[in-house]
Amino acid sequence: MQIILYTVLLLGGIGAFAALALYLTAKKFKVEEDSRIDLVEAALPGANCGGCGQAGCRQFAEKCVKAGSLDGLRCPVGGDATMRAIADGLGLQAGESDPQVAVIRCAAECLKRPTTNRYDGAKNCSVAHMLYIGETDCAYGCFGFGDCIAACQFGALSQNSETGAIEVNADKCTACGACAKACPRHLIEIRRKGPKNRYVYVACANQDKGAVARKACENACIGCTKCQKTCEWDAIQIEHNLAHIDGDKCRMCRKCEEACPTKAIRSVHFTNEKA
Amino acid sequence: MKTFKIGGVHPHDNKLAAGRRFEPVPLPKEAIIQLNQHIGAPAVPVVEPGEEVKVGQLIAKANGFVSANIHSSVSGKVTKIDEIIDAWGAHQPAIFIEVEGDVWMPDIDISGKFKPTCNLSADEIKRKIADAGIVGLGGACFPTHVKLNPPKEHVIDTLIVNGVECEPYLTPNHRLMIEKGEEIMVGVQILMRALGVDTALIGIECNKRDAIEELERIAARKEGIRIVPLKMKYPQGGEKQLIQALTGREVKSGQLPSSTGVVVQNVATVFAVYEAVQLNKPLIEMYMSVCGKEMEQNGNFRARIGCSVNDVVNMIGGMPEVTGKIIAGGPMMGRAMIHLNTPVTKRTTGITFISQKSAPRFASSPCIRCGRCIQACPMGLEPYLLYKKALQKDWDFMEAHHIMDCMECGCCTFTCPSRQPLLDFVRLGKATVAANIRKRKS
Repeated sequence: MQIILYTVLLLGGIGAFAALALYLTAKKFKVEEDSRIDLVEAALPGANCGGCGQAGCRQFAEKCVKAGSLDGLRCPVGGDATMRAIADGLGLQAGESDPQVAVIRCAAECLKRPTTNRYDGAKNCSVAHMLYIGETDCAYGCFGFGDCIAACQFGALSQNSETGAIEVNADKCTACGACAKACPRHLIEIRRKGPKNRYVYVACANQDKGAVARKACENACIGCTKCQKTCEWDAIQIEHNLAHIDGDKCRMCRKCEEACPTKAIRSVHFTNEKA
Repeated sequence: MKTFKIGGVHPHDNKLAAGRRFEPVPLPKEAIIQLNQHIGAPAVPVVEPGEEVKVGQLIAKANGFVSANIHSSVSGKVTKIDEIIDAWGAHQPAIFIEVEGDVWMPDIDISGKFKPTCNLSADEIKRKIADAGIVGLGGACFPTHVKLNPPKEHVIDTLIVNGVECEPYLTPNHRLMIEKGEEIMVGVQILMRALGVDTALIGIECNKRDAIEELERIAARKEGIRIVPLKMKYPQGGEKQLIQALTGREVKSGQLPSSTGVVVQNVATVFAVYEAVQLNKPLIEMYMSVCGKEMEQNGNFRARIGCSVNDVVNMIGGMPEVTGKIIAGGPMMGRAMIHLNTPVTKRTTGITFISQKSAPRFASSPCIRCGRCIQACPMGLEPYLLYKKALQKDWDFMEAHHIMDCMECGCCTFTCPSRQPLLDFVRLGKATVAANIRKRKS
């Protein structure tokens, strides 16, 4: 009985001493931190995706508190609601900006692009891009090995098992930009969503001359300028045989989509979905 | 017999065309001469469309220090300067020449006489080599004149001639040593003169016994040239491995081979040097082998640069139907091509056909930590770790672990029992780290 008592007392004594030592050390070496950082961090989504340009949510919170203004600071995942909450907490002004979404500038459907060879190397877009043009004649298109899917932390990207195309779930996409960085062919563009989350974009990145591009893919942008001529808002520019719709100028009238002879222009979230 | 110390593997050598003499490929109707046939900046064209050119005429000038001249390999009219799509789908600038007759530049000696004596000074030799647009014909295509001018602080005492040809299937170097032994020996003497050294070592793997005997017979009459038979081991033809095998010296990480007092040249390069210095003939012909286990017949060919690879393959009955992979070069270091409709360049040392049965890669399974890739790596790297770090995109770690020493020999992937795509990712890491280093410098 005595042995048990001594043991309990001894261990309890050591425990109490260690607790006291830890308490005193923590007290002495306490790092004073602005308590607002914790508040801001709590308001953030906590995804640590790096979409804001900082290493993680904590670093973004520190930056918000230290910067003294929210200019140029934005959490793309939380969007306006989160930024407003942070601004209220810090007594600052948050800039409004439209929600954004990732779009893949390649329709990449197997049936639309004739395969000219079979790739046998590591199933990784970066590796394939370093080696050669890819399994089709399009030097700009999607490989479909899913580097972007692996990079997405929000499960917004998926590969269509029938067509092989990478598809964006616009409701899940937070426009953090991780996929755009992962794509070795820079196919992914972060662009503005209009009212009702609608957007129109050119689903092609081929800069070859029209005939070459068309031969490689049925849905290639051939730089024919039809969309540019149709657009009443001067939103479409053609550079290097490739059309680009300016998200800020586009009024989502979809006339360009109708005019496009190769169906390279896509629209999302319209009631009579065409694509 | 000597060999290098660390790593290496033993692939089956499959030298199917070793017994066949070089056959000339007939002149093409149209020659397409690429402007970047070497490491470094593409050459700048000095001819205009519509201009008449002769064989051996300069058509594009070296652009910068690490670059090489390009000469016309045919006579005829320049039709256009345009882009072609090469065997990997990339756009490459090229000069198109419509072939008419076979008229050579008057200063090129085409009498076919053997010229053993050379009395030129070192500088004159180097100038002639630079003018002739000679690049390393072992496959790396590094301009030879740059290699012959090592940094001043490096004192060169030995010339090493690389006749190893450790790559499976390829045989052009082997055949050159047998058929052009005398010329190669004169080329060696010219290079010794250019470098101011009195020792030359010729390393040849022991599967080429006839070449060793032939060169030993000739070397007996020459002073300072020694033939060294080497034990078979891949990648003995790597510059650093060969230096170690022959002299025991080690090239330190990040240093040039010339820091050990050695300059290495391939036998095909040495033969091109003989032709350039003694006959004034620039580099316009490639010696190459075409083989595959399913070919009706394998062969070695002498083809003008700019003729189509398809024409060369047609010399022995065209591509076999069961082909699963066409490889430019050999199976270890070569690159799979997506079509044959591409011109012969200074890089083309052989075309290898692999059958559908043996072409596909095996499915990979997880790493079992056996460490075989570490044992096999001739540069003493840790391929499994580099592979893992490439997946994590930890480029700085890879740089700290000497990724830039990797020569992409493929021993790690060859030896991996789990069939992991080690080299693919190591190569990705190397390319990314190289880009990062360039960015830092500029």
